[in-house]
Amino acid sequence: MRQSFIQPEFRVKIDYDKCHKCGRCVQQCGWDVYDFSERPIPHDERCRACHRCVTFCPAHCITIEKNTLAFRDNDNWSTDALKAVWRQAETGGVLLTSMGNPRPYERIFDKLVLDACQVTNPSIDPLREPMELCTYLGRKPDSVEVVSDGNGGFMLADGAGMHHNIKLDTPIVFSPMSYGSVSLGVHRSLAMAAERCGILMNTGEGGLHEDLHPFQDNVIVQVASGRFGVSREYLQRAAAIEIKIGQGAKPGIGGHLPGEKIDREVSATRMIPQGSDAISPAPHHDIYSIEDLRQLIYALKEASGYKPVGVKIAAVHNVAAIASGIVRAGADYIYLDGFRGGTGAAPAVIRDHVGIPLEIAIAVVDQRLREEGIRNQASIVAAGSIRSSADAAKAIALGADVVAIGTATLLALGCHLCQSCHTGRCSWGITTQKPELTRRIDPEWGAERLTNLVNAWSHELQEILGALGVNAVESLRGSRERLRSIGLDESTGLILGVKPAGL
Amino acid sequence: MIKPASIAPPAGVIEGYRYMAPVVERDGEIVRIDAQGVYFQQLNGAVRDEIAAGAKLIKIANVNGQRYIGTGLGVSGVKIEIEGTAGNDLAMLTDGIEIEVFGNAQDGAGNTMSNGRIVVRGDAGDVLGYGMRGGCVYVKGDVGYRVGIHMKAYEKLVPVLVCGGKALDFFGEYMAGGMLVLLGMNTRDERQPIAGGFLGAGMHGGVIYVRGTVEPWQCGAEVGITTASEKHMTELRPVIEDYAAAMGMDAEHILSQPFKRIAPISHRPYAKLYALM
Amino acid sequence: MPHDLDRYYDFKPRNFREESPFKIHGGCGLMGICDESGAPMSGEAPILAMAVQRDRGNGLGGGFAGYGIYPDFPDHFCFHMMYHDLGAKEAAEVILDQHFLIEVAEPIPTRSVKGITGAPLLWRYFMTPHTHMLEEREVSEEDYVVSLVMLLNSQVDGAFVASSGKNMGAFKGVGYPEEIGHYFCLEKYEGHTWVGHNRFPTNTPGWWGGAHPFTLLDWSIVHNGEISSYGINRRYLEQFGYACSLGTDTEVVAYLFDLLLRRHRLPIELACKVLAPPLWSRIDRMPAEKAELMRSLRAVYGPGMLNGPFAIVLGFNGGMVALNDRIKLRPLVAARSGSKVMVASEESAIRTVLPKPDELWTPKAGEPVIARIKGVQSPLSPIEASRAVITAEMAYTAEEVMV
Repeated sequence: MRQSFIQPEFRVKIDYDKCHKCGRCVQQCGWDVYDFSERPIPHDERCRACHRCVTFCPAHCITIEKNTLAFRDNDNWSTDALKAVWRQAETGGVLLTSMGNPRPYERIFDKLVLDACQVTNPSIDPLREPMELCTYLGRKPDSVEVVSDGNGGFMLADGAGMHHNIKLDTPIVFSPMSYGSVSLGVHRSLAMAAERCGILMNTGEGGLHEDLHPFQDNVIVQVASGRFGVSREYLQRAAAIEIKIGQGAKPGIGGHLPGEKIDREVSATRMIPQGSDAISPAPHHDIYSIEDLRQLIYALKEASGYKPVGVKIAAVHNVAAIASGIVRAGADYIYLDGFRGGTGAAPAVIRDHVGIPLEIAIAVVDQRLREEGIRNQASIVAAGSIRSSADAAKAIALGADVVAIGTATLLALGCHLCQSCHTGRCSWGITTQKPELTRRIDPEWGAERLTNLVNAWSHELQEILGALGVNAVESLRGSRERLRSIGLDESTGLILGVKPAGL
Repeated sequence: MIKPASIAPPAGVIEGYRYMAPVVERDGEIVRIDAQGVYFQQLNGAVRDEIAAGAKLIKIANVNGQRYIGTGLGVSGVKIEIEGTAGNDLAMLTDGIEIEVFGNAQDGAGNTMSNGRIVVRGDAGDVLGYGMRGGCVYVKGDVGYRVGIHMKAYEKLVPVLVCGGKALDFFGEYMAGGMLVLLGMNTRDERQPIAGGFLGAGMHGGVIYVRGTVEPWQCGAEVGITTASEKHMTELRPVIEDYAAAMGMDAEHILSQPFKRIAPISHRPYAKLYALM
Repeated sequence: MPHDLDRYYDFKPRNFREESPFKIHGGCGLMGICDESGAPMSGEAPILAMAVQRDRGNGLGGGFAGYGIYPDFPDHFCFHMMYHDLGAKEAAEVILDQHFLIEVAEPIPTRSVKGITGAPLLWRYFMTPHTHMLEEREVSEEDYVVSLVMLLNSQVDGAFVASSGKNMGAFKGVGYPEEIGHYFCLEKYEGHTWVGHNRFPTNTPGWWGGAHPFTLLDWSIVHNGEISSYGINRRYLEQFGYACSLGTDTEVVAYLFDLLLRRHRLPIELACKVLAPPLWSRIDRMPAEKAELMRSLRAVYGPGMLNGPFAIVLGFNGGMVALNDRIKLRPLVAARSGSKVMVASEESAIRTVLPKPDELWTPKAGEPVIARIKGVQSPLSPIEASRAVITAEMAYTAEEVMV
């Protein structure tokens, strides 16, 4: 076998003085890094730096270091670029990777700061005063028609008021991640946590497993181009239906689920042969123009009894115009996925170079819809690397109704962002279908961790709102006046509608 | 149910469809609906109401382009007869209904259908049977582009789509399961080849039977063409007999010509395309 | 240093021509009908066909073009103009007066329709170019008119030329097509060829000029789909003096037809092959001579190829052509009934006008449906082609393919 030119990225270092020789590391690693002969012997080239062994070693004697080889300085050819060429020369293949874009593009959230009230306008104490985060997701009418109720009061006119909006206790929902790309334990954790937190989870494009049926009121079902698992029953079990047009990590191309991850159960849910690759086509083959999208939206409404139908798109150059078309096509919400969004598997070249930042997408979509006078007709869900409640608050200030978190939820379940989901061997049991690994996610435990995360962020949002002097999130929503930029270039500032600090 | 928000045109302007309930005549379990100029929301609402009230045969006359007829229904023992041109997305997402169209079907018939029996006594347009997961669709005449894309099957749920005429490009693209049959018999254009290009492109499951010749250049790289053997013909025969009975054709005559069988060479046609980083 | 804070606030002032460059076009519905015998049809027919396709649009754009509708002025150029305000009208009329002998100038008759608001001033002019100016510039009538149209559209703020052909006119605006048709009293006109369109734009509504059809001379285009090659199509056309000022992708289709058919004098069948060329793999299977021709067309006219899903209908005084992209990603259905040829995005539209056509079929990808008015001279192919000949010439036959 020909020698690979690519050196191991990491070095596994074991302090053998402390090692108990218990063999735990051998058993915990999903990539067979360890052999055992009297003591664990690591194969560095297989290590993905997922830290499962580090975490579970009872002696805490394992550490993972970067294997830094000295190269002659070259600002143009990074080591990543070198490795990519070597790997492609070896295999002739499209390089597949996972999770979100790690490249050093500008992180706009980190250049935005929030306001706080002082002296002239008081802040509000979030611990003792009411601080409302409740949000309704869906299409809202332009105005409310009332009629007299005959008793000197008023009531809603027939057919007026809100239809089919979904109440969220906090403006955070879980992003779509398909069953197949993540394990059933993850889906069950998300569903249980969504019910407990009064929010929604999303099945992603892999169908709805029957274990999730008890939680169907907190589930958004997705209709993607592969139409996996899409049946009448699927639609009728959902709280809302989402048409997946694109995804921030891979705008313009379809889903990839490598055959390694199509086991018997996944095969049954998706109705494709076991072991075959589930490569969803990029376009829905019945959507080649905006009026076709409208046709599908109304088909889903007719088939589901007029439940809310949303559309998920990736943030690309003309996202504002696309969003406007989608709203006019009848969508009840738009899900915007920025270019930092995660994925279970995507070609690296698309993940790293295609798409635009979420911050800009939210700003231009919100602005365009307001200019056209249709902002109330659809809610905006923003996703794509929301890393903290601060990012969530800034996203809401830019114009989003709700934020969706994906990577953050997997981190809550143990993920260490080793970007190896596409191999299907996740040691944490998250992005794999191997039974010996998936059993590591106990849904009760997972639900508790996710609930903790959502609660923590909700409380932090309340602190932020209190500091801003508002006691309801709708007063922050779209209020760019509460943001300032530091070190952001002028044109981006104008596009975001955010003034530089000082003004 | 959300009311259609002021979409009716102002007075004096020509209306394509009226936003009012259709005229319905009931005769025991048989119901007649006049769809002349009725908008799809009101027409389909009336159909659903009649089924809920116990109708077993619904005859809809003067259909011209109304969409989503039969969409989302999941009943057995009920038949809908459509006279006229069925509009887009006929029988989409259905889980059980029998529909017979005395006329043509437009685009998207049988889209993401799980169960049901659709018989079209005319031609059908593009994107027929997209993502079909069960049930059967029989078309008498020609069909358009992108027919039978990503059909899927699992154990007993096997979709079947039979076209009596010819098809254009992308027939059976990305097929994952089920059976597609192309007869090339009831066609308006004798000179056209029976199928276009990109037949079965990306196919990784299921089977396509073609009555006649198919050239290798017409097919995607993922499939192999063989002549259907006797064993294959035993699989095909009941389907052809059912189709012939529905269309009033002679099954033996259909089966008298040899069939080509197109099936995937591998269930993982893209295995070598990707490399893991 | 004063900071212009207004720039950071949301609602910036917009200029009235609200299409921004490179915006998404959005999809739609369309129709075209041509009576090859030249017999006139009332404008009611195209309205009926568009009314039943109402769901394909969103009420922000509708329009029609009719041919043979001004039999009293068969040899005059008829300009249908839209003016934002009187100032624009005056400025435009100065230019028109300088360059043309204006026989008649009048407002285009309309009626009030609830829901149609914000209409610009709508005027039409029947004119001939001043002969001395034609001689001075040594250009053909058509080139003269084209340069004037480009001038008016790009230089006169607030003025827009909706159509500029002989014995034809475009009627379009913001509203559903059946409302626009009613607004312009189209049932009172009679023409041998009509095209119609229902738009689903994704931009700030308000600009009447953004609706289809887009026209130049007597070419009118209605288009369903989006041209993803717009960036290079536009730059290619600008080389030849076409100013793409309207910010919508359909514009390039009209100019490409003008370039290929009128200036380069390509036969219509080959012009369609430029816009929707066969795949290289298919060219390789053609007989040597035809393959050579196709290769040259593709190599020379590469930047003129239209990529992206589209269905297009071109109307002109000699008839009508319908074409879709080479993998047919947009719907198009065609029918023939006696001497009438009709195309539409949905079969139901055809059946409102021709309930029992002699033939009804799906045109193949990249292969045009051509209707020609008998006895009309046109600068197109000298071949007196019927559909049968086209199919034979360009068909995808098994025999040809096996070569």
